[in-house]
Amino acid sequence: MNSADSIIRIRNLRKVYKTGRVAVEALRGVDLDVPKGEFLSVVGPSGSGKSTLFHIVGGLTPPTAGDVVVGGVDVGKVSDAKRTELRRTSVSFVFQKFNLLPNLSARDNIRTALYIAGRPMDHFEKELRNVLELLGIEGRLDHRPTEMSGGEQQRVAIARALATGPAILLADEPTGNLDSTNSLAVLNLLRDLNQRLGQTILMITHNAEAAAFGHRTVHMRDGQLAESPG
Amino acid sequence: MILRLVWENIKFRPMRTLLSILLIGVPVMLILTLVGVSRGFMEESQQRTRGVGADIIVRPPGSSFTTGSTAPIPEAAVAKLGQMPHVAQSLGVVQALTGKLFNTINGIDYPAFKRMSGGFTFVEGDDAHAFLQPNDILVDASFAAEQRPKLHVGSQTKLLNTMWHVTGIVESGKLGRVFAQIGELQNLTQAPGHVSQIYLKLDDQKNTQAVMDALDKLIPGYEIYTIQDWLDLTSVDQIPAVGIFVKVIIGIGVFTGLIVVSLSMYMAVLQRTREIGILKSLGATKSFVMSLILWEAGAMGLGGTVAGIALSFASKEALKQFVPASLPQAIVPDWWYIVLGIALGSAFLGAIYPGMIAVRQDPIEALSYE
Repeated sequence: MNSADSIIRIRNLRKVYKTGRVAVEALRGVDLDVPKGEFLSVVGPSGSGKSTLFHIVGGLTPPTAGDVVVGGVDVGKVSDAKRTELRRTSVSFVFQKFNLLPNLSARDNIRTALYIAGRPMDHFEKELRNVLELLGIEGRLDHRPTEMSGGEQQRVAIARALATGPAILLADEPTGNLDSTNSLAVLNLLRDLNQRLGQTILMITHNAEAAAFGHRTVHMRDGQLAESPG
Repeated sequence: MILRLVWENIKFRPMRTLLSILLIGVPVMLILTLVGVSRGFMEESQQRTRGVGADIIVRPPGSSFTTGSTAPIPEAAVAKLGQMPHVAQSLGVVQALTGKLFNTINGIDYPAFKRMSGGFTFVEGDDAHAFLQPNDILVDASFAAEQRPKLHVGSQTKLLNTMWHVTGIVESGKLGRVFAQIGELQNLTQAPGHVSQIYLKLDDQKNTQAVMDALDKLIPGYEIYTIQDWLDLTSVDQIPAVGIFVKVIIGIGVFTGLIVVSLSMYMAVLQRTREIGILKSLGATKSFVMSLILWEAGAMGLGGTVAGIALSFASKEALKQFVPASLPQAIVPDWWYIVLGIALGSAFLGAIYPGMIAVRQDPIEALSYE
């Protein structure tokens, strides 16, 4: 694979967290390329650094060292404002705990993401018809998160993430809070989104079965990529 | 959309919102009530002065408009001034504080007072039985309603260490609230043959300046005012203490509003840590997060203003119920904009610190907040 084609290119990524006088090295020299349109699974045990990788790629925190180029933006070399812009325009998140705004309906959760991204908010149902159909939540748009099942909430979270047309969808344990039926449904949805819409997806999971839905799986251990079969 | 977010946030925690609005509303109400009472007090006082029907008021040398409970003017001056050219009638009045808040008891020559003012309108009792005995008094309806028990014709009430017999309840609006016979009050105030001030009614108001000039020559040093000038002098703006007091209350209002909003928004930021993290993960800028906090604070400031205005109507009713004579409260719509500015200003100021906390929140920590 030519690294120039990669939508995510990571070289010698290091991340050190300091807690008081203690420095914890969460990532110890990670190299990774993710081409556009790939569905990549990152697996590893707790504390392996996969969430840190996820946060850095998503621009939520800067790297300590190394190059992390996401959609042409080197997140380690740009300001906090630029990383915020990256989240607004190029990267979207799906979290284990759904992270929907609890006081808003599903529709308003999606509209909020569109508003923040500066996209037209009205008639998004029409424009996102394919996505909403695929997710099967057209009839749940007026419900608040507390009125929905975990599976429905996660579908709304996926719809919100895709509404702004991000180049990359980052999913952090998207099935971690779901039962097996809903987990399967969500994983199938991600795979469908990738296949039908060409959506680049980076999914973090500790579940090997879930990881198998991706094109490729990389393993993390002790802050390093332990294996890269792709 | 930002307003919708703010509105949904406000609705989502109604008790916190309601308490914050009420806590902002209370100082707003205090400001409106204080200003309203000052104005109501002065407006009623001015109305009563107008109700005398005089054109000129003569007061002792060196007196200020806030004094009037002594009687240093020789009573002979009343007749003397009444004989001046263009003076149709003169009326000497003795005033003494009743000891019940700000109310005075007014000693009058009743026939002369009736001629100048047109007489009282009786709510209870009648003119024929007004002052038959030395200790008979008339009181206005507000004063009667304020006493416990309420006064009626035939009631006894103690003023200036003397028991008085109420022989009539009259409508408010002429000179004062309590009226006794002038001789009786002169004796009680140990000022026999003296009056507190003299009212003059002219044959024609066109002659006002000529009479004023003549008075200046006749009784130099006395305070002589046209009634209109006197009314202008007795406006709230002319009393420095009231202005300072209002400013102090405004200061307390601003400080209270600032603390309330700051605490409320600080709580809101803590409660919404995760939500702020979510917004940041969606790419919300610092200014977006700050504007959310400020809009919400502004909404609470607006709500607090509306609540404070509503409460000022309630305070007016309460004062009318319990102290209608001593603390008449006016509704002051021209101050609504001022208190809105004060409430919004303190709300925004109070929201800045919590807003800064929200803006600085690390999105990863915020997202993991439980």
